[in-house]
Amino acid sequence: MTRLQNAFSKPQAAFVAFITAGDGDTAANLDALVEGGADVIELGMPFTDPMADGPAIQSANLRSLGKGTTTADVLQMATDFRERHPDVPLVLMGYANPMIRRGPEWFAKAAAGAGVDGVICVDIPPEEDDALGPALREQGISPIRLATPTTDAKRLPKVLEGSSGFLYYVSVAGVTGLQQAAAGSIEEAVAALKAATDIPVAVGFGVREPAQAAAIAKHADGVVVGSAFVDLVGEHGANAAPKLKELTASMVAAIKSA
Amino acid sequence: MNQTTPNSFRNGPDERGHFGDFGGRYVAETLMPLILDLEREYRAAQQDPEFQREFDDLLEHYVGRPSPMYYAERLTEELRKGAEPGMGAQVWFKRDELNHTGAHKINNCIGQILLAKRMGKTRIIAETGAGQHGVATATVCARFGLPCVIYMGAEDVARQSPNVFRMKLLGAEVVPVTSGGATLKDAMNEGLRDWVANVHDTFYIIGTAAGPHPYPELVRNFQSVIGTEARAQLLARTGKLPDLLIACIGGGSNALGLFHPFLDDPDVKMLGVEAAGHGLDGDEHAASLLGGAPGVLHGNKTYLLQDEDGQITEGHSISAGLDYPGIGPEHAWLKDTGRVEYTAVTDDEALEGFQLLCRTEGIIPALEPSHALAAVAKRAPQMREDEIICMNLCGRGDKDIFTVAEKLGVEI
Repeated sequence: MTRLQNAFSKPQAAFVAFITAGDGDTAANLDALVEGGADVIELGMPFTDPMADGPAIQSANLRSLGKGTTTADVLQMATDFRERHPDVPLVLMGYANPMIRRGPEWFAKAAAGAGVDGVICVDIPPEEDDALGPALREQGISPIRLATPTTDAKRLPKVLEGSSGFLYYVSVAGVTGLQQAAAGSIEEAVAALKAATDIPVAVGFGVREPAQAAAIAKHADGVVVGSAFVDLVGEHGANAAPKLKELTASMVAAIKSA
Repeated sequence: MNQTTPNSFRNGPDERGHFGDFGGRYVAETLMPLILDLEREYRAAQQDPEFQREFDDLLEHYVGRPSPMYYAERLTEELRKGAEPGMGAQVWFKRDELNHTGAHKINNCIGQILLAKRMGKTRIIAETGAGQHGVATATVCARFGLPCVIYMGAEDVARQSPNVFRMKLLGAEVVPVTSGGATLKDAMNEGLRDWVANVHDTFYIIGTAAGPHPYPELVRNFQSVIGTEARAQLLARTGKLPDLLIACIGGGSNALGLFHPFLDDPDVKMLGVEAAGHGLDGDEHAASLLGGAPGVLHGNKTYLLQDEDGQITEGHSISAGLDYPGIGPEHAWLKDTGRVEYTAVTDDEALEGFQLLCRTEGIIPALEPSHALAAVAKRAPQMREDEIICMNLCGRGDKDIFTVAEKLGVEI
């Protein structure tokens, strides 16, 4: 069983936590997420033009790049994380250009070497899979795709083809961190996705409160929280770790009680 | 280049929206179904004579097409002064600066708003740099009675206040974008963010031949009216095809509009002129083709200004309309196939071109085509007297007089 499969095989929904690499004390923050009980870690690769992200993650990207974070730094953070946490799945999330700059094979190899389990590339839809997908699969890394409220039943098989790890359902048409979807629409969408695939379905975008996480956990295989963590890092800077751990623990408790 | 020469340079893109290695549809999943819809609707419109009729009618009676083809006799004579005997090509201008709203941008906006109407969209968004595309978009929105939101970098809002006021007069909401470097690329990011959140009712009128497929193709096709007219006008007036076409390039829509109808005329050479800013040897330029590398941004794969990690770097040009770190993917392909030659012109050279045209022809050009003028001034003396250069004079300079005055140290 892979680390990702293992994370999604628990009785309750998996808790997936996102932070931006190089924003605040990344190593301490990652440890705090694990200690708080996160099942999967998404580490955001900073990019100058994060066009699918709302203000919180945009700012995190700029803070990180402003400190001079490089691709090599992000890969080193992943490598160090893997040494400290051999069993916790780690997913890199970001945009195409930093991932393919040195060629998709270079990136896939480097990510595999750093112990990365999956990659979410926001702006490579299945239509452009050639740009990165084959290189990731060759290295045994899961290309994790996004499904959205605009992905209809006809299109869904195309999104699923060649993807693995989990399916990330973006619950609202919009950027990260702003709006939240109605619980009813999520339930319906998740049911449709689960009818079409065996890979786990995790739901994200706009999830900020433990109660929302609990509501989603009733139906989905995983709940993703990003902007709420990133906001804490923005607010508390290098001292955010205890706050991240606290929020993670309350999210995980809410999911368990769902 | 071990690439075989294609039978035609005019067939691109392929069905996936690729021009060779470039182009494509690099967008978030939320937008993907939407751009597939747009492509379907565009294909249907292409087959619909009524769509073409309405487009042609608006171009003729609203935009003022065909734009004139003008022989710049005094400029030609001026450039011959520095040439060897028998040298100094004739300089002709395609006068797209005489269009309604003062630039070529309106051609594309007419086409896209007709598509928006066809798709039943009720809200229009656009990004703008210098404000020309914003003004053109606000104009067609007023003409068709649709609400309009224009994203503009806060830097550019400050640099281009007359155009901001024009957009507001036309009823548009202008949103200053403060993220990133607060210029054109950031405005485009914000446009994409708006679109992703309002997919059900909103049409994004992209201003240049870039972005996800089918935008590069449809913008090029709407702008090709420039080259189609130019070809017929030059044949009628001179009895032959031009020897060299010259156009400035930011995203590249005016250049593609001029070049595309000539791409399969092997004797017609073409020169695209990028903005070299303070010079290509430093970082302060906007020459994606000559000073960038292939990558993915804003929905397409193309040449980009970027660092070794793929982070996008800020362009610089005296001309806000050329100040973009990318370029349309078809230009990237035309560069790699060698069909079109690309060069770059500095801020100072463009300023000289600007003044040269004012003095010799009584035409105040925009700073964007002033880059093309600087290239004309370099090339014409190296060509024979019987050879013809056709340059796209794609915008007028009213909007730029403040920038130029400041550069020349004049207070107005």
